[in-house]
Formats: sequence, structure tokens, C-alpha cells
Amino acid sequence: MSIARESVKFIAFLTLLFSISVFSQEHHNNHSEDGSEEAFDPTEVIMHHISDSHDFHIAGNLSLPLPVILWTDNGLVTFMSSEFHHDEAGEVVVDKKGMKFVRYHDEIYYAGANGALDFDAEHHPANDRPLNFSITKNVFTLFLAAALMLLIFIPVARSYKKHQGAPRGLAGFMEPLILFVRNEIAIPNIGKKKYERYMPYLLTVFFLIWLGNLFGLIPFFPFSGTLTNDIVFTGVLAVITFLITTFSGNKQYWGHIFATPGVPKPLLLIMIPVEVLGMFTKPFALMVRLFANITAGHIVILSLFSLIFIFKTAAVAPVSIAFALFMFVLELLVAALQAYVFTLLSALFIGQAVEDHH
Amino acid sequence: MNITHPESLIFWTVLVFVILLVLLRKYAWKPILGAVKSRETSINDALAAAEEARKEMQNLKADNERILKEARAERDSLLKEAREMKEKIIADAKEEAQEQGSKIIAQAKAAIEGEKRAALAELKNQVASLSVEIAEKVVKQEFSDKDKQLELVGNMLGEVDTTLN
Repeated sequence: MSIARESVKFIAFLTLLFSISVFSQEHHNNHSEDGSEEAFDPTEVIMHHISDSHDFHIAGNLSLPLPVILWTDNGLVTFMSSEFHHDEAGEVVVDKKGMKFVRYHDEIYYAGANGALDFDAEHHPANDRPLNFSITKNVFTLFLAAALMLLIFIPVARSYKKHQGAPRGLAGFMEPLILFVRNEIAIPNIGKKKYERYMPYLLTVFFLIWLGNLFGLIPFFPFSGTLTNDIVFTGVLAVITFLITTFSGNKQYWGHIFATPGVPKPLLLIMIPVEVLGMFTKPFALMVRLFANITAGHIVILSLFSLIFIFKTAAVAPVSIAFALFMFVLELLVAALQAYVFTLLSALFIGQAVEDHH
Repeated sequence: MNITHPESLIFWTVLVFVILLVLLRKYAWKPILGAVKSRETSINDALAAAEEARKEMQNLKADNERILKEARAERDSLLKEAREMKEKIIADAKEEAQEQGSKIIAQAKAAIEGEKRAALAELKNQVASLSVEIAEKVVKQEFSDKDKQLELVGNMLGEVDTTLN
């Protein structure tokens, strides 16, 4: 009974935090546009919320400035993102090494001689931009997830050295997850003989994606950044899976692509392009599936909260919160599920590449 | 959403992921998976050993039972043999005793017969000598009527003979 009450309290607390973060996001956004109250644009708010950013917004007007690292024509330029003063409209000019930089919708450009941007016919900036290696919000979240993984798993590994026998403490919690990846993902798909080589990759990817997904569901600093709703991040992981698959491919695998067994020779003209296309569509599907699942969940939750502002009444709040709570719990499931699916499919593709015979 | 400056996240993701993979592989996954595997092996070995011991125990028990059964069977057969031997000995003894008895009886009979014959012969001799004496006396007394007297003696002897037989 008391446990139930506690968990209700906890969920209410989480919901409150979540709504605060959305409120402040909206508040912050309106301020940053042009300082005056204008019509609420849910698309703008949501898109801003799920996009990468040079600042890590904490609450209200409080933001954590992150380092901007630019590779310009004159070499490396670094400064803190706070120098743009939350400007996203290309108005604040930052002068470094005799170059002028402006930020327009999260992209940093070289400013023109007059310190302004030139726009083309479609209202896109026509200026050049330097290569941008900034520690953005998503990169910061990546660092955080990686650090947390090191902090969790290295002590877990140490605890195995200290005492033999049944796992204790954190190891007792982590071992079933690791065994799950090994017994349910790696061994059935890759096979008992070859799975061990790929375990480190599968485990790293599984936990990194899961943590990345979960961070996005924690609505306060230093979390709240979602690694996996950035298609670039999921794309990089998919490319790594693709590379591992391609370089692990044995004679069987390439034979299947370039000389599909049991197919008449003339048909190979059609089959080879199809099979080669298949090599690329698999990782592409991996990338899009993870990105779209996580992004969709965030968009739904944010849309539910936006209802309050669209209807301009707090009376919608209970409905919004109830639905958002449901979505939130669903997202917790999806966070683990998508990590599982990504790892499972990676293992499946690797398994196809190293398979000995049918 | 727009994809802005993808190079930053690509660069950092590749860098961080590779470093994370290398570090975790060396300091986390390999030790953990190794420990789990060796534990699994030791558990499997222990289970196999227990199973082996159980089987051995069962074998031992079966052996014991078999030996016990054999011993029982041997005892039974020994007892049976002893009983048979006893019966045989008794039967043999009986037979021998009977044989001996009948032999003794036969001997006794033979001896009796011999004695009887000897006695008869003696008797005959005595009777003969008596008769001779009697005849002598008769001859001495009645020397005149000799023929008449001899006939009489002969008749008398015949009578004696029939009564003896």
C-alpha cells in the first residue's frame, strides 16, 4: 500500500518536472524569438526541443554554455556558446581571430563584411560555414552516457575479481542484462562458435542506446538530452554495424550476394543489384527505426503538453498529464525495446555475414 | 527538425564510441564474460560430478544388492546340500545296518544248521553205539535166538529214526 503511494508520488513528481521543463522551454523560446508574447507555435517548440543545440538549457533563462569548436580557414577557433547570448537569428556577431561568426538556427556561419547573413531565394543563409566540432547538447549527453557506462561496468567487472561465486550488488543487477544480450541476442543469431568476437560491440551498443533513450526521458539537467532522437547518432551506429557486417562477411555471404545459389544466370542481372541494395537498406532501416521511434515518442509527449498552450487553459492539464504519463511509461518500455531491437538486428546481420552454411 | 552541423556529432560519436568500446572491452566485458563463463563451467562441472557420484552410488547399491542376493542363494544351496547329504547318510546307514543284520542272521542260521547237523550226527553215532551195546547185551543174553533178536533191533531203530526226523 505504502509502496503504491510512494510510486504514485514519484510519478507525480516526474510529471511535474516534465511539465516544468516544457513550460520553461516554451517560455525560453518565446523570449529568444523576439522578446514579445506571440502566438504559441507548437511545431517550433517541439522541433526546438528535439533538435541539437549549442547551449544546454536547464530551466528558465538558465543555460549551461557549451564549448564551440570550429575548424575555420584560419585554423581552430574555440569559445563558449554563451557568447551568442542565446541568439539563433544571426544577429549577435562573435569576433574571433579576425573572423566574424553568427548563429542562425543552430548553425554557425561566417558573417558577411557587414556582420550579417545573406539569404538566398528560399530564405536559407547563403554564407559559408566553418567545420563545426562543437560539444553540443547531444555530444554532451554522449559524454555523459559514456562516462556513466564506464562508471557502472568497470566496477562491476572489478567486483567479479574480488569475490568469486554469485554476483553481488550492482553486478547482480547488471549480470542478467549482460546474459540477456549474450543468451537471447548474440548466441541465437551469430552462433555458439563465433559470437564471442562480437559481444563487446553488441553490449556497448545495447547499453549506450538504452542509456541514451533513458536520458531523454529524465526531464532535468544533466539529462534530458536525447542521443537517439538524433538521426546522425543512430546513423553512425548503423554505419558501424554495416562496417562490422561487411568486413565479417565470409565466402558464403558474398556468394549469396553476387551468385545467389539456385538462381538462373540471366536472373543474376536483377538479383545482384537487389542484393547489393539490401546490404545498404538493412543499416538504413536500423538508423531510421531507432531515430523515428524515439523522436515520435518525444513529439507525442510534447504535443500533449502543447495542448494546454493551444487551448490556453489549465483545464486541459489533467488530460494532458494523464495521456503524457501513459506515453511516458510506454516510452520507458520503448527505450529498452529499441535498444534490444537495434542490438538484435545488428546481431542478426552479423550472423548472416558469418554463417557457415544453410 | 533540421540536421545542423552533422560533422560534430559524427566526429564525437565515432571518437567516443571507439574509446568506449575499447575501454569497456578491456576493463568490463572481457572480465565479466570471462567470470560468468568460468562460473558456468564450474557449475556445470559440479553438477556433472554430482550426477556421476549419484550414478556410482546407485551402482554400488546395485552391487551390494546383487552380492547379498548371491550370498543368500549360496546359503540356500549349502543348506539344501547339507540336508540331502544328511538324508543320504541316514539312508546309507539304514541300508548297511539292514545288510549287516541280514548277514548276521544268515550266519546264525548257518551255524544253527551246522550245530544241528553235528548234533544229529552225534546222536546217530550214540544211537548206533547204544544199539551196538544193546545188541551186544542181547547177543550175550539171548545168544540162542539170534535172528529173532536182530529183527527186533532193526524194527526198534526204525521207530527211533522216524521220531527223530
